[in-house]
Amino acid sequence: MFAAFMINAWVIATIVGVVAGVVGFFVVLRGSAFAAHAIPNGAFAGAAGANLVGLSSLLGLAVFSLLAALGIGALGRRGRHDVVTALALVLMLALGALFLSRSTEYEPEIYSLLFGEILGVSSAQILPVALLGLGCIGAIVVLYRPLMLSSVVPEVAEAKGVRSHRMQSSFLVVIALATAMTVPVVGALLIFSLMIGPPAAARSLTARPLLAIVLSVVLALLTVWTAIASSYLTNWPVGFFVGALGAGCYALGRGGATWRRRRSLEM
Amino acid sequence: MSAIYRAVFEPGFFSSGPVRVAIGLGTLTAVVSALVGVFTVIRGQSFGGHALTDVSTAGGSGALLIGMTPLAGFVAGGLIGAGAMEMIGVQRRRGRDLATGIVLGAATGAAALFLYLDTTQGATTGATQQILFGSIFVVDSSTVPYVVGFGALALVLLAVTYRPLVLSSFNPDMASARGIPVRLVGALYMVALALAVGLSSLAIGTILSTALLVGPAATALRITRRVGSALLLSAIIGVGATWAGVLLAYDSYYWGAGGNGWPVSFFIVAAVFVTYLVSGLPARRATTRPGRPTSPATEVWGP
Repeated sequence: MFAAFMINAWVIATIVGVVAGVVGFFVVLRGSAFAAHAIPNGAFAGAAGANLVGLSSLLGLAVFSLLAALGIGALGRRGRHDVVTALALVLMLALGALFLSRSTEYEPEIYSLLFGEILGVSSAQILPVALLGLGCIGAIVVLYRPLMLSSVVPEVAEAKGVRSHRMQSSFLVVIALATAMTVPVVGALLIFSLMIGPPAAARSLTARPLLAIVLSVVLALLTVWTAIASSYLTNWPVGFFVGALGAGCYALGRGGATWRRRRSLEM
Repeated sequence: MSAIYRAVFEPGFFSSGPVRVAIGLGTLTAVVSALVGVFTVIRGQSFGGHALTDVSTAGGSGALLIGMTPLAGFVAGGLIGAGAMEMIGVQRRRGRDLATGIVLGAATGAAALFLYLDTTQGATTGATQQILFGSIFVVDSSTVPYVVGFGALALVLLAVTYRPLVLSSFNPDMASARGIPVRLVGALYMVALALAVGLSSLAIGTILSTALLVGPAATALRITRRVGSALLLSAIIGVGATWAGVLLAYDSYYWGAGGNGWPVSFFIVAAVFVTYLVSGLPARRATTRPGRPTSPATEVWGP
């Protein structure tokens, strides 16, 4: 399991876990689960397109997820947010389908883009992924106070001069960066689980934001590590374990919160 | 004139059997999705509708695994997913977002596993492509009766619950004050939604079926404020986009030298998206109130 060819996967999975835990906390806090689901799917189109014209797939991922994020941000200004997100999402997927039908890729390639492939991680990928990860964390650190303010009390944030729309767009860009780096490992469809399950569990366990972020990172790391280990042992897709464990985290968090509430009522 | 005609309709378009089936199925699917979609948009459940498509991905790939037709799996998966979302709380807006996300994530995980098993164990090569992106040209004609049956059922459900559904979609509080069983109406609507999603999954693939559900309805609700006209307009847009998609995809076989067509799903989604964008243009020019976008709900119901 810790053979040389697996080391890259472990390193990247760890970076992915940390970033997904931190960014995911704000995704859950702001209720932007749909956007967090849509942007990775856009990235899928990017990877397919980059494959088609022979560019690096990381470049395609980054460009298309940024386009998706900015598009959702810009169109969301006028239309209803969920409708715009849904339309952007399917447009990106349709482009992905088109690119795939034009290229000579065979099925396993599509499958691994959507559902993840840990064995295909090369050591050349580590540096760009680490840089993108640092970028995400850095952006969150810089934006921390206004982002927190506009997520929890949008009116107060507005009064203090935080433009809620600009904040939303910046946050979507952060999601896009986080997506671009994680798609090659856990797949376009499942980075979403990692950004939702662990942070949701963390939030139902504690109300203190910093503690919740730490907890969310810990849970995300546990999820992604367990997923890789199980995937290695069973040969089943890593995405399946991420999805199942993510939902499991949430169920545990909900259960824990209910149990604590019951106990405090009894006492 | 005939040159233009020939340029638009490549030879054999009307006499081709698969095209006829595709047009028939596509029309039915588009109508059902567009009508159900109007309520999806009004109720602000685009995310829920989209999540159901992912649940039906799991259902469809699971059905392939045990040797059944994907359509059965699409519908069964959709119904189970709708039930799960209803159970873990879709009432409150914020909780709903999260509940939908969790169901969606778990379902995608299951889909990943089933598709993996499909491709490694079964003889169904191309399962990923077939389930996710579908193709209206290769629909097995033996599933046509089921498609018609499910479509009719969805339409009947909508017709039966129409008045209470309209009221409880716009204003659940007022609806329950008037004695309408809001939960029950919501559950029946979810069944219709699951059926619509199952049908469009078959036609244009699970991950693109959101386009037919949300796109025409959102466009229609941008243009008109009345539910009745929105339903009609939405159906027209949906059917138009589907026909345009089928026609362009058929024509595209003649565009390249390789005889390799472009996917139908891409054209349908592109048509839907362009219509949505264009429908926003007049509003942008005519708008007098700056800023604040108004939701269709307040437009229809509001002051």
